Amino acid sequence: MAMNLENSLFSINLKAAAADWRDAIRLAGDGLVAAGVTTGDYTDQMIAAVEEHGPYIVIAPGIALAHARPSEAVLKGGLSWVSLKDPVNFGHAKNDPVTLVIGLAATDHTAHIEVLKALAGVLANKDLRGRLEAATTETEVRDLLKSLNTQ
Amino acid sequence: MKIVAVCGMGIGTSVLLKMNAEQVLRDLGVEGDVEAADIGVARGAAQSADIVLTSDELAGEIGEVPAKVIIIDNFVDMDEIKEKLSAAIE
Repeated sequence: MAMNLENSLFSINLKAAAADWRDAIRLAGDGLVAAGVTTGDYTDQMIAAVEEHGPYIVIAPGIALAHARPSEAVLKGGLSWVSLKDPVNFGHAKNDPVTLVIGLAATDHTAHIEVLKALAGVLANKDLRGRLEAATTETEVRDLLKSLNTQ
Repeated sequence: MKIVAVCGMGIGTSVLLKMNAEQVLRDLGVEGDVEAADIGVARGAAQSADIVLTSDELAGEIGEVPAKVIIIDNFVDMDEIKEKLSAAIE
């Protein structure tokens, strides 16, 4: 089943305050937990992934794709969206500082590929990304993402 | 041409890299097989690959492999992936 990006976004938190990268990932994890996508363990696993492998989850300038392996802590596949009030550094050589953290939870290695593809399309589109970063309400973010589906 | 896209977990960044690398291969008209792998299986998979795509942080963890290791900074930037991949293929 193909998942649509906007429908897969279970939580949106805009202009949130984070003290550091752990805090920023925690906000993305809290969004997943509140929406019933994951348990709190998944948040710890996302932080542990960066502690183990470094800040490679900062996939593009300003954007972190927080995620961990599929596990029992994932109740269903989904995404959370956190834009930060003030940018935080993840320690990435090229892509710091981060202003957008996307939490990704997947039940297996393939179910979420369509969503990732759509997300990559959004993040590579500079104009759309600029409008998403300027968005101040959840409705605005959702409308912008929906507009992509009809393009 | 066998390419392995490597990330820590095998579900996020490597999948993005795999999709974008496949697109680049199509654009270049090059036949190739792109596989996404987490760092654990990547060391093995990289032994039989021609090219490994990964991030700066993970390149060091892969260690010595016969494949050409290409470091990508921006995983959604098709221009960067196209430029680095085509340079490695030629």
